[in-house]
Amino acid sequence: MFQVRFHGRGGQGVVTAAELLSVAAFQEGRHAQAFPSFGSERTGAPVVSFCRIDDHEIRTREPVSEPDALIVQDPTLLHQVDVFGGLRAEGYVLINSARSFDELGLGDWVTGFRRERLLTVPASEMARERLGAPRPNAALLGGLAALTGVVSLEAVKEAIVRRFAGSLAEGNSAAAEACFQFVSGARQVANA
Amino acid sequence: MLEQIEGSRAVARALALCRPEVIPAYPISPQTHIVEALSAMVKSGELAPCEFVNVESEFAAMSVAIGASATGARTYTATASQGLLYMAEALYNASGLGLPVVMTVANRAIGAPINIWNDHSDSMSQRDSGWIQLYVESNQEAVDTHVLAFRLAEELSLPVMVCMDGFILTHAFERVDLPSAEQVDSFLPAYEPRQLLDPADPVSIGAMVGPEAFTEVKYLAHVKHLQALDLIPELSEQLGAELGRTQHGVLRRYRSEDAETIVVALGSVLGTIEDAVDQLRGQGVSIGAVGIKAFRPFPTEDVREALARAARVVVIEKALALGVGGILVQDVRNSLAGSRAGIYTVIAGLGGRPITTEGLCGLLTAAVADTLEATTFLDLNSDLVERELARARATRRSGPHAENLLRDIGVVAAGPV
Repeated sequence: MFQVRFHGRGGQGVVTAAELLSVAAFQEGRHAQAFPSFGSERTGAPVVSFCRIDDHEIRTREPVSEPDALIVQDPTLLHQVDVFGGLRAEGYVLINSARSFDELGLGDWVTGFRRERLLTVPASEMARERLGAPRPNAALLGGLAALTGVVSLEAVKEAIVRRFAGSLAEGNSAAAEACFQFVSGARQVANA
Repeated sequence: MLEQIEGSRAVARALALCRPEVIPAYPISPQTHIVEALSAMVKSGELAPCEFVNVESEFAAMSVAIGASATGARTYTATASQGLLYMAEALYNASGLGLPVVMTVANRAIGAPINIWNDHSDSMSQRDSGWIQLYVESNQEAVDTHVLAFRLAEELSLPVMVCMDGFILTHAFERVDLPSAEQVDSFLPAYEPRQLLDPADPVSIGAMVGPEAFTEVKYLAHVKHLQALDLIPELSEQLGAELGRTQHGVLRRYRSEDAETIVVALGSVLGTIEDAVDQLRGQGVSIGAVGIKAFRPFPTEDVREALARAARVVVIEKALALGVGGILVQDVRNSLAGSRAGIYTVIAGLGGRPITTEGLCGLLTAAVADTLEATTFLDLNSDLVERELARARATRRSGPHAENLLRDIGVVAAGPV
């Protein structure tokens, strides 16, 4: 089972991100379960959502406490919420920020993990350019596809097109693609 | 057709295939997405003929449902939590009059303190309202059970509540095989009412009944509930054949046939319990689970049979009868009259507290070793409780519990982050 936890703020599409990832995995024939942390939704309030992906039926209903991958849609949460809680040593992290881990004050923290699996990406900027709004969720899913391979970029784009119409579908797909390319490029550098 | 879909939306799609003719509804979380989707289908004409009535309260929702059902219309509504309480008086009228309304309860805690998260306090508070109550484990079961509910309600002329865990199921995206219109039409014939308000053939429904026949009217309703115990498995089998997937009748068994310890529960927590059972079986523990689907009527005989060989039974409940303990356990104990099995009650998941596989494995390991208290509150923060009790002993005006506890744990506004 592959478990993803999403952190962000109300209005950033955190719940939608988990749902889209589950649809992408479903399209690839896998079982997936996405659900929110069930808070009272308020714009700007910290929001958590979860997605589990497996090859057989998923029965458990508990929140994801030991994620294989973390997506942090808003870096201002880093000092407010324990976003890294329970992250597996082999885990993946994608943080929406134009700054590096060092610049975010996480230089020491990253040493305990597989460095090539941790990445910051300017997803809000990618979304702003292609969507006209700094909503980073779809871009980060493209990034997750590149970082982990748990779903393909095509499946992510298909999930986006099924969820949104017109310019929203196009903008989000383009943002996902851009982030996918960005992460693929960064990984090649890391592996070189 | 297989779809990756939100639970509420999947249920709304299945409901539309059941061709309800009147839907009076009032929004309340976590039920809202269901009636929201239905109202959109009525507006677009996808669900027709159907009248969606925006009522001003839950009391009105159930009152309109009663009126609509009495005129022979297939009627559906949904609610949760305080909304269910607000319609309580009308619930008894729907069942007392024998009107086959189908309602989803998206299970949610009852305040105070105000809490929007899941537990079973709401539907448990109406366990004796005369409605049939069916609890579902997954969104697939929620979809199938709503189709079953209309047929069951209409054959017996009794209202049916389908209880699905709020948020945990209603807001979860997962794989659901949605039935086709042909399959639903084949299983669910047009509604043939036993009683009908028709201006062309006037009758009255709801007469005052004195001591001369009140007991008999109630007894007849009791008989219909007992008939449901046979009808639910029969209809489940028919529906299963139609849909090509197993439908559980009044209860479901999981690795329980040879188990020394059997866990009993209702609703979506059964999934997590099944994972815990597998984990403990892997360690050589003889354990299984029994999920009760029909809580009202209660399948006393089936439960007795399912638990007959168990040395101990652990009843996990998402509700609390203050001053007593468990609620479901009382019926389980009744089923086990004369048995020497040890019975444990576990109160868990109140107000949305997560029930984890790890927590369950610890709990069940203690149960198997018989070191568990007769009634246990899973993951209770005893330090927090002790601190408040000490405060209450020390000071007369110790203040409200809820605010004191939140201050102690350093939360400014309720909610997980």
